[in-house]
Amino acid sequence: MTPASENRLTAAYLIVALIALFGGVVTGLLQALEHAGLNLYPPLTPVVQSYYHSLSLHGVLNVLVFTTFFICGFLQFITSRALGIPLASRRLAWATFWLMTGGLVLAAVPLVGNAATVLFTFYPPMRAHWAFYIGLTLVVVGTWLVTLNLALTSRVWRSRHPEARTPLAAFMSLVTFVMWTIASAGIAAEMLFMLIPWSLGLVAGTDALLARVLFWFTGHPIVYFWLLPAYVSWYTLVPRQAGGRLFSDPLARVSFILFLVLSIPIGFHHQFTDPGIEEGWKLLHAFLTFAVFFPSLLTFFNVVASLETGARARGGKGWITWFAKLPWGDPSVAAQVLAMLLFAFGGIGGLVNASFNLNLVVHNTAWIPGHLHLTVGTAVTLSFMGITYWLVPFLSGRHLWSRRLALAQVWLWFVGMVVFSNALHRLGLMGMPRRTMIGVSAYIQAEWQAILPLVGIGGSILFVSAMLYFLNLVLTLVASRGGPTAEGRGAPALPEFAEALSGPEHAPAILDRWRPWLALALVLIAIAYGPTLVRLAATTPFNAPGLRVW
Amino acid sequence: MKRGTTVYLYELAWILPSVAIPVGMLVALLVTAFGAGVHLPGREGRVDPTRVAATAPFDLPGVVALAPGRYEARMVAQTWSFTPNEIRVPAGSTVTFVVTSKDVVHGLLIHGVNVNVMLLPGQIARVTARFDRPGEYPFVCHEYCGIAHHTMWGKVVVEARR
Repeated sequence: MTPASENRLTAAYLIVALIALFGGVVTGLLQALEHAGLNLYPPLTPVVQSYYHSLSLHGVLNVLVFTTFFICGFLQFITSRALGIPLASRRLAWATFWLMTGGLVLAAVPLVGNAATVLFTFYPPMRAHWAFYIGLTLVVVGTWLVTLNLALTSRVWRSRHPEARTPLAAFMSLVTFVMWTIASAGIAAEMLFMLIPWSLGLVAGTDALLARVLFWFTGHPIVYFWLLPAYVSWYTLVPRQAGGRLFSDPLARVSFILFLVLSIPIGFHHQFTDPGIEEGWKLLHAFLTFAVFFPSLLTFFNVVASLETGARARGGKGWITWFAKLPWGDPSVAAQVLAMLLFAFGGIGGLVNASFNLNLVVHNTAWIPGHLHLTVGTAVTLSFMGITYWLVPFLSGRHLWSRRLALAQVWLWFVGMVVFSNALHRLGLMGMPRRTMIGVSAYIQAEWQAILPLVGIGGSILFVSAMLYFLNLVLTLVASRGGPTAEGRGAPALPEFAEALSGPEHAPAILDRWRPWLALALVLIAIAYGPTLVRLAATTPFNAPGLRVW
Repeated sequence: MKRGTTVYLYELAWILPSVAIPVGMLVALLVTAFGAGVHLPGREGRVDPTRVAATAPFDLPGVVALAPGRYEARMVAQTWSFTPNEIRVPAGSTVTFVVTSKDVVHGLLIHGVNVNVMLLPGQIARVTARFDRPGEYPFVCHEYCGIAHHTMWGKVVVEARR
């Protein structure tokens, strides 16, 4: 059982996350409509000052704030539940929450005030207000303290169970945070040694290439930081929610260890088109990116096989048709299975992005946000929505206001995303740039104009879906009942962790050790990044002055 | 134990193709990339971003004929334009674009050919493309570079040979 303090902590993180998501989807609607030819920015000018101001809000709120806060709340909750003990330090946990929230507020002031219209990638020499950089840095420092607390909690559990395998959900949560903590060294270095002193005026110049190398050191593994918590749910909760078992516990551990080892030394595949990095290093990162496809395929197999056990237990037959027997009436399951379906396409698109030469066709085109909305915008976001359909009722002690509304919301997200993402992918293949105010661009092409309305339609469906989601959650809190219901449902409960067909007893001890895997991860990082980072650190002149160009 | 063995066999049956698929795709990638001679931008040297206008070859932006059918287009990107923003070459030309940025990060994406490169202040970008069909090839800045980013574009005009 999680004690009440962990529940309150998770609720606090969820509130911040969902407020950010709300802001993120409202600004998202404006951008989708702009692409469809409906420019709503002039009437909104005092609040949202430009397309790019809105785009900065959309990116930062969705992929930096919503994800990070949700993950911190969710995985601390999951770890405590899986280990059956409270967090090692509640005071540290709450101090961390307030540090992160304080950092968020500090970053939000310039962001909302149009003083940090630099998008969520904040590439210098475009220069935001210093509070934006310091605020985001505090959020990152907060995530390190979450790692510390999870590691300490894990150690308490280990001292009481010296021989047992760490419960899978807790192991996965810790892997996620440890991977992220190593990965975030890049962005921390960019902030502390480059952007913060430069934005404060302590140093005169900066450098675009070194900043991008440090950013993407973190910027690719951050997608695994978003995705792995969804995997935690897909592996350890959804199989049971679907009436089945996890297929293989050891294989799940293998895939997470591979994510720990391989997530980081692959960031150059975001910089294939950057001058100043040798082609050979780019090729190595392309190789390693393909290697990450291996644990992704293991996950695909294991999760689908687990779903199949559930569907067959519910009477499913056939090679494919068992799929129809999944509990589609449960919005939490429906959300996450639909998220997996679209993620398959996101994964395939990701291989295109990583493909060295094919990347030349899609880099910085609308294909990329098309891809990103399948991965973080659906695999992650729709899964997190599915998780909140049990988590919010549990934390509030009130039943979900409407399962039907939740189901409608989930399907609307799926349909809206199919329309929206497909349109962006196609536009990207036609050479339409991403992150551009296309509706008023000087070079809009006739072939784009046939597809651009679909961006607006898909975006509008997604917006309606998101509003139904928030409506359902708010009504759950203010208008729903707690305790047992007339239809015979008990008080809102948690899904139990899934048992496994092949359980932790089949996992060799090496899968529960940290040092060899951490050492391997660091060696790969040193090989893939070391020479380039050393060269850039030694030779970069830091002579680009900052500019405010919005 | 029996159940564990069955699961193990299924795992193995999946792991082997899971290795084979990425390896196979990598081989396909290498063949198509290097077989077709596709190259990514690499290290081409630095330029002081505050002194671009005084540094060769960016002090004289424009198209230079290197040899029959071979041209070099020297370009500078700045908020929110390319200099020059129109490149004229005859059909069948091979053009090497040598480009840098004076201020913030920009990008260069030319429609219809494989030119897609970031333009970073401080770095020289060098990419090559062949223009066979006569016509207009629009190029755009594809990296957000400020409030009028969407107005930053130009075109390669490929003229029919007489």
